[in-house]
Amino acid sequence: MAERPNPPRAAGSNTPGLSLHVPEPKFRPGDPVDFGHIDVGAPGTLPRPDETCDPRELHEHAYGLVRVLGEDARAQGPWDPKLDADTLRAMLGHMALTRAFDERMFRGQRQGKTSFYMKCTGEEATSIAASMALAADDMVFPSYRQQGILIARGYPLVEMINQIYSNKGDKLKGRQLPIMYSSREKSFFTISGNLATQTPQAVGWAMASAIKGDTRIAATWVGEGSTAEGDFHSACTFATVYNAPVILNVVNNQWAISSFSGFAGAERTTFAARALGYGLAGLRVDGNDALACYAAEQWAANRARANAGPTLIEFFTYRAEGHSTSDDPAQYRSAQERSEWPLGDPVTRLRNHLIALGEWDEDRQAEMDRRAAETVLATTREAEANGILGHGLHHPFRTMFEDVFEELPWHLKEQAEQAIKERQTKWPGSLDQ
Amino acid sequence: MTASVDDIRDVGVADRRLNMIEAINEALAIMLERDPDVIVMGEDVGYFGGVFRCTAGLQEKFGKSRVFDTPISECGIIAVAVGMGAYGLRPVPEIQFADYIYPGLDQLISEAARLRYRSAGEFIAPMTVRSPFGGGIFGGQTHSQSPEAIFTHVAGLKTVIPATPHDAKGLLIAAIEDNDPVIFFEPKRIYNGPFNGYYDKPAQAWKNHPDSAVPEGYYKIPLGTARKVTEGETLTVLAYGTMVHVAEAVCREKGVDADILDLRTLVPLDIEAIEASVEKTGRCLIVHEATRTSGFGAELSALVTERCFYHLEAPVERVTGFDTPYPHSLEWAYFPGPIRIGEAIDKILKD
Repeated sequence: MAERPNPPRAAGSNTPGLSLHVPEPKFRPGDPVDFGHIDVGAPGTLPRPDETCDPRELHEHAYGLVRVLGEDARAQGPWDPKLDADTLRAMLGHMALTRAFDERMFRGQRQGKTSFYMKCTGEEATSIAASMALAADDMVFPSYRQQGILIARGYPLVEMINQIYSNKGDKLKGRQLPIMYSSREKSFFTISGNLATQTPQAVGWAMASAIKGDTRIAATWVGEGSTAEGDFHSACTFATVYNAPVILNVVNNQWAISSFSGFAGAERTTFAARALGYGLAGLRVDGNDALACYAAEQWAANRARANAGPTLIEFFTYRAEGHSTSDDPAQYRSAQERSEWPLGDPVTRLRNHLIALGEWDEDRQAEMDRRAAETVLATTREAEANGILGHGLHHPFRTMFEDVFEELPWHLKEQAEQAIKERQTKWPGSLDQ
Repeated sequence: MTASVDDIRDVGVADRRLNMIEAINEALAIMLERDPDVIVMGEDVGYFGGVFRCTAGLQEKFGKSRVFDTPISECGIIAVAVGMGAYGLRPVPEIQFADYIYPGLDQLISEAARLRYRSAGEFIAPMTVRSPFGGGIFGGQTHSQSPEAIFTHVAGLKTVIPATPHDAKGLLIAAIEDNDPVIFFEPKRIYNGPFNGYYDKPAQAWKNHPDSAVPEGYYKIPLGTARKVTEGETLTVLAYGTMVHVAEAVCREKGVDADILDLRTLVPLDIEAIEASVEKTGRCLIVHEATRTSGFGAELSALVTERCFYHLEAPVERVTGFDTPYPHSLEWAYFPGPIRIGEAIDKILKD
């Protein structure tokens, strides 16, 4: 070990020694939870400025919370998007289906049908309600917890499950970790797995759309933890420099595996406030309020489409479950956090809103949940007919070499021949089909 | 596969002489003209036209939305090029010096290079990253490096290095039209003239070199084809970029009847041309300016040994830069010049 100086204090000096601050979350396993320190403001109180406003007018929006749904489950204030009951029911339906899907896929992983899964429980509104405010052909650059976008856009569940099982129906040919979907048809960019890389890519797509005089915009989602990546800084810089028609959605779900948001800077400021320094429009939004999520995304989409500039939205929410099937949050946070979260559960709040409007009831909710579970179960069986991970090699060995380049160069041809020969050695007579 | 000097003559009018900067500028202008999806961006490439002038006049001709300056963020430059490629554009980003490309590595290696693979062809990254590389201009340790082996090691990237104005134009056009991400390293020591390795003799200009004859208009040189520089029977020399000219000068001085291959593309490599040459000569010298350990020369040496072992009459020799940062004042002590190459030739021809 290198020798470290141990600076002597001059006699009589009263200068205090320096100390390093290492952030620490308020609650650890077993602790009682009181979120009284979180100021969630009151619904309906923040004004809704014109979409073309100067970002400097959004100071209070970057530190407060845009909220619509009140304790009485009624929509309040200028951010109420005034959606019709059919749209609200569709939104609730996507959220119910996403939750049922997550439950089933989590169980599938526990049953050994795949290696890995990630739920979005508690964060459904940040992807579903937000993406419903976009046009169907606006390009989204998601992170790994936005399955709700695919479901809201009507992507076939069986394609998602085939991908999760890496089976022979998987159109990504079993190459990607489960849940790293891709759908050009649904304007859903291939999920990387490397964090925050998608944020400047979304800006680049938006710049291209602007170069071409197109009308489509781009939106990207990133967790609060990975806003610490340099890519996010690049995204903010390029977005503001070129006034790119893009929405940067930061899902602040408080936890990045076991590291709380303080390790991304949340002890000092909000994530929406980052926008101010870049000259981006910044909105901080109750991420468990589906109407607020919709309204904020719609505001930002209008702004982008009017060439009025990019927006950074922080969705303030809570990751109700573990990071993934490989994670056990009981090891590092208090189990009480979920029930004590001051902004409740997004599905419950939207359901209660519809009930308050007289457009929904408990029976219909029970029927919706039952149908969602049935649909997922039936689709799971359909996908299982294509195989599950680990039970056989579902894809011909030659596919391993395809798509590295548009055409196979000589060295990959040679390596493909070798792989197929190894297959013959292992299973004599088997065909690479 | 190998294009000979005669093939090049067939391409067209050969009277016009361009240096490498002019040839690159012309290739960019032709592609901007031919394909409305091509855009050029990078630090200082717009109004100013690039610190080496490769993009001079392009913004004025094609407009600010086709040719523009970027923030000083290599990560951002490559990343937005990925997004633009996903949209359907064909971006040609410039990284001002290859030494500055490292902040963009994650976007190149984990994103651009794998987009086609991970999305099973739904999204591609048809970008060409141009970047001046190599030393010999007193650039010190941050304006002299040759990081090509980092990129040849990555599945999904193509790496192209021209050695003449003629090839720079044809290869750049081919790279831009290629649907895979291409790293296009421009040897900046030979931007203005070929370099024989004698830093203490007057610099040469391209206009006296036959390969500065650059046809007008569109032409391309297929990626993956080497160029036969000189035809010989005694020794195969594998080189690329600046070192092609240095090796050629040394062989000429020493009167060595060398079969010199300018590889032009490292991935995909013209293995047929290499095998044919080594099988003919039985001796193989590999020359590159980059550091030695795990350099691309190691790959070439392994390939030649694996595939041509029974034709070899002497061990494969590598002449490279030393495994040090590129030193400012001792630049020419680092550079694999005529002495180092000459001694290696003596050694390989000894028996």
